[in-house]
Amino acid sequence: METAKFLPESSLEAWLAELASSGELIVPRREGDAVVFGPYDPNVPLELSRDATAPPKSVVFPACEELLRYTYVKDAEDISKTGMSVEEVTPACGAVVFGARPCGARGFTVYDRVFDAEGMRDPYYAARRAATAFVTLACREAGSACFCHWVGSGPADPQGSDVLLTPVPGGYVAEAVTEKGAALLASPLMAPAGKHAGEAKAVRAKAMESLDTAQDVSPAREALLAAFDDMDFWNRMSAKCISCGACTYLCPTCYCFNITDEAQGNGGTRLRSWDNCMSFQFTLEASGHNPRPTKAHRLKNRVGHKFSYYPGIHGGVVACCGCGRCIRSCPAGVDIREIVLAAMERATAKPQE
Amino acid sequence: MQSLEDIKAKIKDALPGLDCVIGWERGWSPLHGTPLFMRSPEDVDRLTWGPFNVGNPATYLTGFKGKKVGVVVKGCDSRSVVQLLQEKLVKREDVVVFGMPCEGVVDLTKVARKVGDIALVNAAVRAGGTLSVTTPEGMVEIPWEEVAADKCLSCQYPNALVSDHFAGEPLPPAMGRDPAAEQLAALEAMAPAELFAHWAKVMERCIRCYACRNACPMCVCRDHCIAQTRDPHWLTQEDSTREKLMFQMIHALHLAGRCTECGECQRSCPVDIPILALRRKLNAVVKDLFDYQAGVDPQAVPPLFTFQVEEAKINERGW
Repeated sequence: METAKFLPESSLEAWLAELASSGELIVPRREGDAVVFGPYDPNVPLELSRDATAPPKSVVFPACEELLRYTYVKDAEDISKTGMSVEEVTPACGAVVFGARPCGARGFTVYDRVFDAEGMRDPYYAARRAATAFVTLACREAGSACFCHWVGSGPADPQGSDVLLTPVPGGYVAEAVTEKGAALLASPLMAPAGKHAGEAKAVRAKAMESLDTAQDVSPAREALLAAFDDMDFWNRMSAKCISCGACTYLCPTCYCFNITDEAQGNGGTRLRSWDNCMSFQFTLEASGHNPRPTKAHRLKNRVGHKFSYYPGIHGGVVACCGCGRCIRSCPAGVDIREIVLAAMERATAKPQE
Repeated sequence: MQSLEDIKAKIKDALPGLDCVIGWERGWSPLHGTPLFMRSPEDVDRLTWGPFNVGNPATYLTGFKGKKVGVVVKGCDSRSVVQLLQEKLVKREDVVVFGMPCEGVVDLTKVARKVGDIALVNAAVRAGGTLSVTTPEGMVEIPWEEVAADKCLSCQYPNALVSDHFAGEPLPPAMGRDPAAEQLAALEAMAPAELFAHWAKVMERCIRCYACRNACPMCVCRDHCIAQTRDPHWLTQEDSTREKLMFQMIHALHLAGRCTECGECQRSCPVDIPILALRRKLNAVVKDLFDYQAGVDPQAVPPLFTFQVEEAKINERGW
């Protein structure tokens, strides 16, 4: 890209300080043995050597947010009547997220089709999304749980990023992907990329090489539908799943939520918080009936949503960014790749079902 | 390994009468073992034994209510089986236990401290007192006691406490240091405000995923856990540190006198919150008050399953 810049390693802190001075800056930091995103603090070391355990999705889609506050108000004229006053809560906006891997930012392109589409705009999400910029860091090397290339992405995928950094000897090559990103690169700390542009290319090529052969997962769309009623298949696939929500909460593309009214005395708040399809309550109906009574039904939904139902209504786009967090952090080692491949294999073996 | 072949043969013999036998196979990386549900002799051939068989297969037993299943256990896992039997959550005649002597399992959090990103590890082998881990940067040799799970260093039960089939020579208890006791002593030395600040700080990064709960073999409410009830809505869905810590307190109290310290809660935490210490503290209290240790004697009655008007060590009228 013509607009490539070079940021020497020695100027990284100065650039972060500059970004932090003009608004909220969220970076991956080490907390205990975990790497999680949090506000930039020069006294807390950055952790860029490995992808964060939790992606930065809460910056745009918080784990829990207030949608409104309400208070019951007695009618002064007629005390048998109670009215309600409702106060809308507008999200505080604006952050630069630094240091996510491209997959972590690309996840939001999956959200956009759901929360920020014509005729279906979630004002809370849209406000945060518009005010957030992602400065991502291309991967040098693929891990054994990474499969971004299966879902049409890659270690230096610019989709979803505003600035893409590629680590090169002595610093980073920075490329603006969007206008928002170009504005961030206006800093005087940025030098012309020069010879570093070629080094960046080499780093990216090496990262691509470190990935295994990509599987074509497009047949999964039909294959998962074909397996829908095969509960024997799903019982086998979900045997080791413990039905917790770690995979969904760590997933950069999972966006399901719950809404609860948290009452206190005469009023309360309406909260929107992350929900997940691994939970019994997720589909529990008011009648007491639950169409997804077992973990097998629930895991079927998770895999089906990402590789079949979502692509079915969004032009074939897979709702998975291939970051591998669901595999890396699963307490039981459930591997979504195995399930998708098994469903595809099942469809080939039994095409006439 | 001869004993692994022996146990495989025993599993194959038993399989026709069982729904499945739960053990381990190699997972997504050389460092990761993953639960294996054996239903055919070919499945049994994938069974592994060794330092990467970290998870506790007893966690799955209550999910097979009404069926006969087999389970392959380490000594610590067998304590969970014993506790489940004591609490009548599992029937003895419904479970066939396969055991082998255990030389300890790896703590992947400790490995990550040594080698960084464990997702980049492409080989891992334990030979005696050393774990050799190969990353793109080269091979690192780590003394075993630096990467073994805390519980293994001073493990008193390396052989299954209950088993129908046991292969291999039983091992003596481990005589290493007890990092759990050291950690507990450090926490107990803190002033209340400091201790509270410690827990508040570490709970900040909790994502309320409930992996700690679902991985626990003794957390049997599962789908009906108080944390997510709708009616009544006992706990708010707020993600404040206070609420997250509240859940951990509930979890720990529900395990008082029941927790076998298998460590699955902490191991399963994706953000590495050191929550096992809460259970250890309660276990220490139960040991002190009732002289009871969970999961070691199938005939014993857990203290919270009994009632005595005058408890020997609780001075009810003394204050």
